[in-house]
Amino acid sequence: MDLTDDGRTRGRPDDAGPAGGPGRSARLRSELKRHPSLVAGGALAAATMIVAVAGHLAPPHNPLAINPGHSLAPPGPGHWFGTDQFGRDVFSRVLYGLGLDVVIGLIVAALAFAVGSMAGLVSGYLGGWIDDIVMRVADLLMSFPSFLLALSIAVVLGNTVRNVIIAVTIAYVPYLLRLTRGSVLAARGADYVLGARAVGASRSRVMTLHILPNVVGPAMVQATLMLGWAILDVSGLSFLGVGIQPPSPELGVQVAQGASYITSGQWWISVFPGAAIILAVLAINFLGDYADDKLRGQGS
Amino acid sequence: MRRYFIRRLGLAVLTLAGIVVLVFMLTHILPGNPALVAAGNYANAHALRVIERQMGLNRSLAAQFGSYLGNIVHGSLGTSYTTGNTVAHDLFTRLPATAELAVVSTILATIIGVPLGVAAGLRAGGVTDWAGRTGAVIGTSIPIYWLGIVLIVICYAVLHIAPAPTGEVNAFAAMPPSYTHSLILDSLISGNWPTFFDALRHLALPAITLGIVETAPILKITRSATLEVAGCDYVRTARAYGLSRWEILKNDVLRNVATKVLTAVGIVFGFLLGGSILVERIYDWPGIGLYAWNAVTTTDYDAIQGYILLVGLVYVLLNLAVDLLYAVADPRIRFGSAGGGPRRRPRPPWPGRRVISPPWAERH
Repeated sequence: MDLTDDGRTRGRPDDAGPAGGPGRSARLRSELKRHPSLVAGGALAAATMIVAVAGHLAPPHNPLAINPGHSLAPPGPGHWFGTDQFGRDVFSRVLYGLGLDVVIGLIVAALAFAVGSMAGLVSGYLGGWIDDIVMRVADLLMSFPSFLLALSIAVVLGNTVRNVIIAVTIAYVPYLLRLTRGSVLAARGADYVLGARAVGASRSRVMTLHILPNVVGPAMVQATLMLGWAILDVSGLSFLGVGIQPPSPELGVQVAQGASYITSGQWWISVFPGAAIILAVLAINFLGDYADDKLRGQGS
Repeated sequence: MRRYFIRRLGLAVLTLAGIVVLVFMLTHILPGNPALVAAGNYANAHALRVIERQMGLNRSLAAQFGSYLGNIVHGSLGTSYTTGNTVAHDLFTRLPATAELAVVSTILATIIGVPLGVAAGLRAGGVTDWAGRTGAVIGTSIPIYWLGIVLIVICYAVLHIAPAPTGEVNAFAAMPPSYTHSLILDSLISGNWPTFFDALRHLALPAITLGIVETAPILKITRSATLEVAGCDYVRTARAYGLSRWEILKNDVLRNVATKVLTAVGIVFGFLLGGSILVERIYDWPGIGLYAWNAVTTTDYDAIQGYILLVGLVYVLLNLAVDLLYAVADPRIRFGSAGGGPRRRPRPPWPGRRVISPPWAERH
């Protein structure tokens, strides 16, 4: 969590002094000791990254290769996670799918962050009727559960990867918009803003160079957490058949494909992909938990 | 008090109007052609135009909005072309099944989450706190549909302690006459005990699935509320007076935590009605979620639209109920928190004081 560390040192400049303060690695160690969430999150995130990259670079089998002679094989030495109803290697598909979901989640979180914080910045700083309209729309979008909103948008737009990303992003933007707008309203009357305006800085300059860097922290933490929600929501939509479509080895698609086999005992087709989702989301949530602690610790 | 209630009611009506407009926009302004869906992939251009005319899609947007609004005012949500019934009837008969699931799982989550949250909040930094927080983080990271599958694998396929995931009851059960459309209530009313107990057994797994996932936000909110209250001056004063721990917990802490918990339960309960779609799909549970899923897979526009409107309505009502209860429980809200001076209530942000968001979206 580069971000919170940055905020901390900026907040307390004496702490980062080259002479007196403890070294970088010592600081990191004491930080890890005090925050088990950081340890758990960091370790899980590293594991997720390694697994996802390995799955893309060197999967043990081709995740899309069909092998009817080997269908529904239980986990064993040849296929660590068994094979699915088409004889595809579940292990390779899980590795590949994990990377896919993480990348889609990253895109959604980045888009939602960009759109949400920009709209929140403009809306909060300009105020007036622009603010009114933007906030009414945001409130309206937030009066639905975000998963359901994403679902309805995805249904209407049609099932493509692009449309799923758009749908989930639209569902998340209002939360970031509200968060950023709140911080902007608080910062609008601050001395440094008045100072910048007094020396004749333009509105866009004040917004982007002075306010934005000071309000972006909480939104970034929130966007990080959204990476986790996005993975859950995108895989959930795909599980329902509204998101990414088979034969893509997306994790939710895989869980859905195995769902009809669980009552007859072939549990591995569904269980392993779901466990991979948990791995990724857990990493993000632990890191988010840590970032949340740091942010709140700063406030008080 | 009355003025607050009236204002809050007005906001709810406004939000409902907004939702009606939003749903119209979703189905009429976003790209995507319902006529093409109804006509099928092999329809020629002429057939498509005929169906478009039948569905009124060739009229101006304003005219379409007018008739859409008129239908809603008359309580008509259109006809589902997969079931052949009116959407309103379909939703009305399926809502009780979803409500059963939501009520039972929320009770479960409250029973587990609130005591754990209070215990964790009272001993922040302790073992209970650590376990509770870790559990909550894990709970928010589990895909609910995966949890359902794992529970079926363990309880049905391996341990054989749960019935097959075939909906509310097994296929051979004698169905009671439907008074309420809730199988549990119906079989209870008609004294049909075998069906009643079978229905209870079928309810267990889906309710536990939802309950586990819902426990996490309830625990988190209860914990932070307890932590906040336990650090308050009046608790310190009570302690200084030498009141017993239990006395303080009962009179000072729990009473103040209760309002926060009410909000948490409201949020979670609302999420259940929308989010149960995944669980109902896994367990073949015949509620509105499964109905919506069927509608989605067959692109049954009227049914989808009706479902979204219904969930929006339930959300608004739930939000309203929680706010009003909150106002009854906490006089600061109905009278404003002003100590002296003119009593001016802070205007609640439109459309309401709080916005119900999914449990993983709550931040506090």
